Amino acid sequence: MTNAHPTAPAHRTPQFLTATRNILVFLARQPTSLFGLIVLAVLILVAIFAPLIATQDPITQDLNNALQSPNAAHFFGTDELGRDIFSRLVYGARITLTVIFLVTIVVGPIGLLFGTVAGYFGGRVDTVMMRITDIFLSFPSLILSMAFVAALGPSLNNAIIAIALTSWPPIARLARAETLTFRKADYIAAARLQGASPARIIWRSIVPMCLPSVLIRLTLNMATVILTAAGLGFLGLGAQPPMPEWGAMIATGRRYMIDSWWLVTFPGLAILSVSLAFNLLGDGLRDALDPKQMNRR
Amino acid sequence: MMKPLSIHNLSVSFGAVQVLHEVSLEVAAGECFGLVGESGSGKSTILRCASMLNDSWSGTVEIDGRNVREMPVRDRCRTLQMVFQDPYGSLHPRHSIRSALEEGLRVNGIGDRAERMAQAMRDVGLPVDFLDRYPHQLSGGQRQRVAIARALILEPDLLFLDEPTSALDVSVQAEVLNLLVRLQKEKGFTYLMVSHDLAVVDHMCDRFAIMQHGHIVEILSREAITQGTATQPYSRELIGASLEYERAV
Repeated sequence: MTNAHPTAPAHRTPQFLTATRNILVFLARQPTSLFGLIVLAVLILVAIFAPLIATQDPITQDLNNALQSPNAAHFFGTDELGRDIFSRLVYGARITLTVIFLVTIVVGPIGLLFGTVAGYFGGRVDTVMMRITDIFLSFPSLILSMAFVAALGPSLNNAIIAIALTSWPPIARLARAETLTFRKADYIAAARLQGASPARIIWRSIVPMCLPSVLIRLTLNMATVILTAAGLGFLGLGAQPPMPEWGAMIATGRRYMIDSWWLVTFPGLAILSVSLAFNLLGDGLRDALDPKQMNRR
Repeated sequence: MMKPLSIHNLSVSFGAVQVLHEVSLEVAAGECFGLVGESGSGKSTILRCASMLNDSWSGTVEIDGRNVREMPVRDRCRTLQMVFQDPYGSLHPRHSIRSALEEGLRVNGIGDRAERMAQAMRDVGLPVDFLDRYPHQLSGGQRQRVAIARALILEPDLLFLDEPTSALDVSVQAEVLNLLVRLQKEKGFTYLMVSHDLAVVDHMCDRFAIMQHGHIVEILSREAITQGTATQPYSRELIGASLEYERAV
């Protein structure tokens, strides 16, 4: 028993990999989260291979072919400037993914940091940090992001900044609530007795415990991010013409909606299916990462 | 190196409630000293205060003549460690045994980690390849051994034991207690142990204090349990009740 296996150190990476595989298998087993996974995979593939998939350039105008209904040459028809809607949707996937990605990598760490620090230290630190969070939470997030974009000037980057600024407080709240439940746990006390600094305890002991619920929340949040980005685009505060942003496409197509239904329908369906996919995926993740479900597997 | 512990006039209040009233006790170097009393009598609070997990108390706690408040954190960590009551709560569920043991070494900048971790595992009677397991893959007794190994790895002189066996099965309790006795013989630890099981105290401790409502009622030697030399009514009652319970079992 005492002689160590020669393969012992190699066990450590597979532990992480098997966990990921287990979660993916679990997600694939349920139809709803499987739908989420598939849509997400399609979205990523489309964004990566946009130049290969798109049949035409998304910003080249062709006024002779304006407002054509869906046909063999233009799968989803053309818009008021003769641009191919299918190609614009394909390129728009890139914009959507960029927004989601940037917002998530900004919001996740900020929310996690704020929440765990406030929860771990408690007392005055907690009060100050949570009141700041409350200020952000007290405005509807779309209104607040509109105010930010209006102040910063309308552009896609500013829309991303504005969305990030308004969507970290729920994450911080969640991380704080999680931290409060185990900051008195014996393993935290043991870490303190080993001389670990607060920063080290937060990073090594608390963050790993908060991570599953934060990941779930971030995934569910992505649907809101897409809708907010599309909303800002629709109001002309997000991506600027001629960028093929889905919300902006609906905004311009609105004027021709009565005669040319395809202008708003296809971008709308794209927004609907992607945000629905993220919601279903988040729900599936919640089941997959729930410790009670883990035991059942 | 055996080091004595002395606690003098330790008082703690949580809000309006005073939990400890000027508690004083002396633990000789290499001794095992027990703290016994009903729930809420302040036994564990003494450990938490003396180990600085709770630092809002008054009085003095000295280890080998050095005030714990004035000791640098690293010195304190390498002098004093604690084993917690519940091995299910004292090990981080997402850290492997290896990272649980390595953490203390890393924090304190101690080299030779692999060798020290293997040694700590051997000391507590666990196979070295358990290092790559996670707490949920171990039994309660094995977890408590890991928790003891984690305390040992910083080579402390003083171990605080907060009811180290009360969450374990009776058969496993004996194993862990024997392990603690063996370690004390080998390494010369000074133990301060909280328990509410007088049989455990009888097995382990040289002397023990009986506590009630945050006061030390009486400090007795181990023989007092069987010979009935306790003088205070509360101590007699507690010891009598415990002996009766054991006879009934």
